[in-house]
Amino acid sequence: MPSIITARQVTKRFGGLTAVSSLDLDIAEKSIHSVIGPNGAGKTTFFNCVTGFYQPEIGEIIFDGHHLERLTSDRITALGIARTYQNIRLFNNLTALENILVGQHPRLKGGMLGAILRTPGTVREEAEALNEARRLLAFVNLTGKGDQLAKNLPYGDQRRLEIARALASRPKLLLLDEPTAGMNPHETEEMTGFIRRLRDELGITIMLIEHDMRVVMGISERISVLDYGEKIAEGSPTDIQSNPRVIEAYLGRGSAAEVPESVSASPAG
Amino acid sequence: MNKKTSFNWLGAIQIGLIGGVVALLVSLIGMVEEFSQRDIISGVITMGQTLIVIAILMAGYFAASRAAGEAATMRAISGALAGLVASALLTGLVVIIPPLNLRSIFPNASPALINILTFNQETVVGILYLLITGAVVGTLGGLIDILPAQIRRSVVLALFWVGLLGLLQELIRVTLTNMPQVGAALKWMFGSRGLSIPGAVAVFIVVAGGNYLWAARGGQVQDRFRALPPTQRRASQWGGALVVIAVLLYLPRILGPYLSEVANIVGLFILAGLGLNIVVGFAGLLDLGYVAFYAIGAYVMGVLTTNAIGQNAGQIVFGPEFSFWQALPIAVGAAVLFGVLLGIPVLKMRGDYLAIVTLGFGEIIRILALSDFLKPYIGGSQGIVEVGQGEIGNFVFGTPQTLYYMIFAACLLAVFISWRLRDSRPGRAWKALREDEDVAQAMGINLVATKLLAFATGAAFSGLSGAIFASKVGSIYPHSFNLLFSINVLALIIIGGMGSLPGVFVGALILAGLPELLREFAEYRLLMYGALLIVMMLTRPEGFWPEATHRRELHEEFGAEGEPRAEIVKTPGGAR
Repeated sequence: MPSIITARQVTKRFGGLTAVSSLDLDIAEKSIHSVIGPNGAGKTTFFNCVTGFYQPEIGEIIFDGHHLERLTSDRITALGIARTYQNIRLFNNLTALENILVGQHPRLKGGMLGAILRTPGTVREEAEALNEARRLLAFVNLTGKGDQLAKNLPYGDQRRLEIARALASRPKLLLLDEPTAGMNPHETEEMTGFIRRLRDELGITIMLIEHDMRVVMGISERISVLDYGEKIAEGSPTDIQSNPRVIEAYLGRGSAAEVPESVSASPAG
Repeated sequence: MNKKTSFNWLGAIQIGLIGGVVALLVSLIGMVEEFSQRDIISGVITMGQTLIVIAILMAGYFAASRAAGEAATMRAISGALAGLVASALLTGLVVIIPPLNLRSIFPNASPALINILTFNQETVVGILYLLITGAVVGTLGGLIDILPAQIRRSVVLALFWVGLLGLLQELIRVTLTNMPQVGAALKWMFGSRGLSIPGAVAVFIVVAGGNYLWAARGGQVQDRFRALPPTQRRASQWGGALVVIAVLLYLPRILGPYLSEVANIVGLFILAGLGLNIVVGFAGLLDLGYVAFYAIGAYVMGVLTTNAIGQNAGQIVFGPEFSFWQALPIAVGAAVLFGVLLGIPVLKMRGDYLAIVTLGFGEIIRILALSDFLKPYIGGSQGIVEVGQGEIGNFVFGTPQTLYYMIFAACLLAVFISWRLRDSRPGRAWKALREDEDVAQAMGINLVATKLLAFATGAAFSGLSGAIFASKVGSIYPHSFNLLFSINVLALIIIGGMGSLPGVFVGALILAGLPELLREFAEYRLLMYGALLIVMMLTRPEGFWPEATHRRELHEEFGAEGEPRAEIVKTPGGAR
């Protein structure tokens, strides 16, 4: 399958610390690809490089034929990449609906004059945007909560609203940063099903950072393991579960021989 | 609270002490004496006494609410105790002023102050009166706390209105002379120096009763309004807006020249406030140099329209002598241009850094206006005189009552633009920027364009305000454009409610209108500002009229089916 995004030799340093080191990564189109690794392995830093929050010192990231290394995050979003955040970052004092409307920003065209004069084009566009926002609310099961301020929503709703906001830009690639963090097993299971649906029904490629190994092993087609900014393994869930380097990274040197099975069961971090 | 401990007397005494210190402070800085020139209720209570009463009343209220959970009598008693302690502090003042002669330190610790505090009685009797009054007022404060929440709200609101109308009675009566019939009908409400007793009672009953009834029944009225078909509802909204506009158009005839002038000052602040509301309230860009655009609007208007051209003092060497209407778009355009130019260097700055740099811009513009270098062109410290006035045919915008219409139209335009932008795509981009700049950018929002658009729009309103100001005053001097203007406009937005359009009006009325109406107390203006801002931040940080969240999810076409559409598919978290 062709890859939708390709990273070559991506390196990101913070002073003396190399957070991401010569990372090569290919994400196949319409796949669910997880990036795992212990805390501080450089997973979120890599996400930030892809989405334009950071600019890598070395290397290239090519998405859909476009180089992303030097682009600002707004232009990367316009190309079709959306993301969520490890610690939820909604627009707290806007309503759920307004959050989704902001998410549609790159797809809309309405300018200032159109807004002041309420030209027919702007009115139509706004009506469509509002309908789309309602549809997305329904898609993430938040119908009826659209007029609540984002900060007043319960935690699980906020997680899903953040995904709805990301979907509003109609991305081809969606980066989810620990989508099940802080959820109970039941919620986690539902979120897993939801992520699968995003790919199956909307055809979106999913790139996932996740610490819950049940989630990772359950939905990923491919897994990349990072440790100290380097990719130490890549493969299918079964490959990864039996990879001695992965077990070593998670549990420490010497553990590989003793507890080969435990990685798959215990959430790391 | 630990049930075993006996009643918290110390808490009540502590709060009483705080209330007493506040009362002492307002007495010693001379506010009580100064404010005693005005009566709230004629012959009953002066404004100065009101200040002390408010301090003690609040002490009683807080002491009682700290005793929450105790029996009502205990709460009333702790209110009384706090009031007693507060007034005891004041009696201390009464006792030590005569022997110690504090006037070298506190010039306002005068015999007149003692007379006010002792109700013009002998010292011993006066002290007794003071203590009793303190205890009674404290008890009343406690009783306010005991009242059920809704009644308390109504009572406090009614007291506020009695105070406000008493304060403004002179203006109200001046206004009423322009409407003789209404004035005669309402004559009984006013005494010689404030509200009459029946007037005060009537105001209290009307406000308290009206508020209580609205709280009880208002919901039904609103529900009935919401139940109207959308077309009818929109029609009645437009109807209401038209009535308000009609009243506002008729207003200068009722107000007379002086009050129209006050309205104009408020209007110019509203205009500037609407602009800064876009920059700070919508886009969250803290701009402390907002006066720069006001000054640019004013100076461009001045230079382009002045007739005082020549080599003499007070004249500038060059001026095209445009008419007001030719100069107005140029003035606004220049403000927009500078809005963008000053916006570019601060694109990467946030929060405090942005505030400091914009503060600098404001000062740079003022110092440039003062400089000898630019003196031949913009007049330096001698300013520009003979600024042109707008005219349409024979109608000249020269007097306060005619200028009112120009300012009114400008405000209407600015409100319209702000209102349309608020829920539009650019408006949402501003609000996203305010909430989280990084995430906003990651949502595909172009930070450069969005920020510059906010700066430009804000500068346009401010420039318009400045241009009209120049024409209104007729002459402009650099000292009109100091930092205090920026701070005033920012404070009115904070007090009204960040990002709220009605809040701008409320803020401008409070911060620009009230000081004009209470000119004799001008020396306490900044003190009151500070106190007001602190109280606001503690009790109502969202402002007097905060921005409402807009209900847009259940729109007509969606809700018309009755129930919202059923969920298309089962999604995570649905069965929480």
